[in-house]
Amino acid sequence: MDLLEPTRRAFALLLAGDPRLLEAIGLSLWTSLAAIALVAPPSIALGFLLAKRRFPGQHALVVLVQALLSFPTVVIGLLIYLLLSRRGPLGFLELLFTPTAIILGYMMIALPILVVFTISAVQGADPRVYETARCLGAGRVRASATTLWEVRFGVLAAVVNGFGRVVSEVGCAIMVGGNIEGLTRNIPTAIALETSKGDFPQGIALGLVLMSVALGVNVALALLQGKGGLR
Amino acid sequence: MQARALTVLAMVAALLGPGAAAARDLKMATTTSTDNSGLLTYLLPKYEAQCGCKVRYTAVGTGNAIKLGENGDVDVLMVHARAAEDKFVAEGYGVNRRDLMHNDFVIVGPHADPAGIRGMKDPLAALKRIKEKGAIFVSRGDDSGTNKKELAFWKDLGIDPKGPGYLAIGQGMGQTLTVAGEKRGYTLTDRATYATYKDRTGLEIMVEGAPKLLNPYGVIAVNPKKYPGVNYDGAMAFIDWLTSEAGQQAIAGFRPKGVQLFFPDAKKP
Repeated sequence: MDLLEPTRRAFALLLAGDPRLLEAIGLSLWTSLAAIALVAPPSIALGFLLAKRRFPGQHALVVLVQALLSFPTVVIGLLIYLLLSRRGPLGFLELLFTPTAIILGYMMIALPILVVFTISAVQGADPRVYETARCLGAGRVRASATTLWEVRFGVLAAVVNGFGRVVSEVGCAIMVGGNIEGLTRNIPTAIALETSKGDFPQGIALGLVLMSVALGVNVALALLQGKGGLR
Repeated sequence: MQARALTVLAMVAALLGPGAAAARDLKMATTTSTDNSGLLTYLLPKYEAQCGCKVRYTAVGTGNAIKLGENGDVDVLMVHARAAEDKFVAEGYGVNRRDLMHNDFVIVGPHADPAGIRGMKDPLAALKRIKEKGAIFVSRGDDSGTNKKELAFWKDLGIDPKGPGYLAIGQGMGQTLTVAGEKRGYTLTDRATYATYKDRTGLEIMVEGAPKLLNPYGVIAVNPKKYPGVNYDGAMAFIDWLTSEAGQQAIAGFRPKGVQLFFPDAKKP
């Protein structure tokens, strides 16, 4: 199969600002960003608690969250589908096959990544930071915030990884979003569809965008971490 | 090293059983309607028992099924889009196209029928009213035979269906019916897939019976002159069986829940 010609047409589509492409790209970016913005604060707080506090069942909870890391995204999709379907308990909300459903799925997919990365970042921090802050008169919340600030690059890596996972996710997004053109068709589901239709230029163009987004976010992270100095 | 490779090969062959040695497996590309309706799981074992081979199939939209044939990735096609099928043969990708059977399309919608099309005779008029009332219409949007049929209707009407109520989802018939059920929308579907999804979607038949809604299926062998590697003999044996008295009777005998879904119409070659 000729690869050059579809690739050339892919660049033509990108340069021309093809509306179908732009819609899919826009949807991918805003749903991913919204999901991460909503789920990051509670996940980071949970990760911090699991790393710092000792309480009954804490160990089991850590193991559970780690297990969730390798949870198939299609199972999360199935779960949300069952919840949101007209016959499901939340069916009256009429959220199935909407961007909101995709955001819910993304949040569940990103949650364990954010929690586990935060745990390891906080555990890697010098415990004296927290103790010193407490000695200097900081309350628990203030001292926790100081610790999190110390490990901000680790936490940022958690956020970037969560974003990278959801922006490229296809299984859950197609199940609960329904791949509706102009409404819930995002970059990965559009690639899956265009390939199945044999429209390779569209697929290649979207693939290029997705890879650029992933690369761009990680380069930005590396630059930030570079400024903060390697720990 | 070579001896070990041979042992492994022998073990694999033993695992695959006598069937694998008896006849070459056949690769078929077909439409989601034959798969979702349950026809293939009913029909293929009858043929497999007789030929001692396996029919491996991939069920996709007709447009994609034809693409698979054009790329020489399959041996035989069972599809429903007459114009595209004729083009496939005319361009030399396929040979020996035969009429196989037909089913029909229906327009289904939610019980409440917000566009008020229940019982209309003309599918075009019904689609026009759906558009005028701004009701939800879910489209396959996947270049399948059903999708082509729907788009041809809009074209005949001279209406661009795109708008807030028009949802193109780019997926199979089953998923399209599921989305239509969830969104309380209308859609054009083949009767076979609808019968399977009727209960779980709660959709009801709104328009049926018009000659425009007939949906003929063809079966085509991929041209061995184009792709010498294809299993042409297997494809022809399969086509011969499907269009024979036995194959045609088997198709007519497929009656899930007592309803005949496909009507044989192979003629003598």
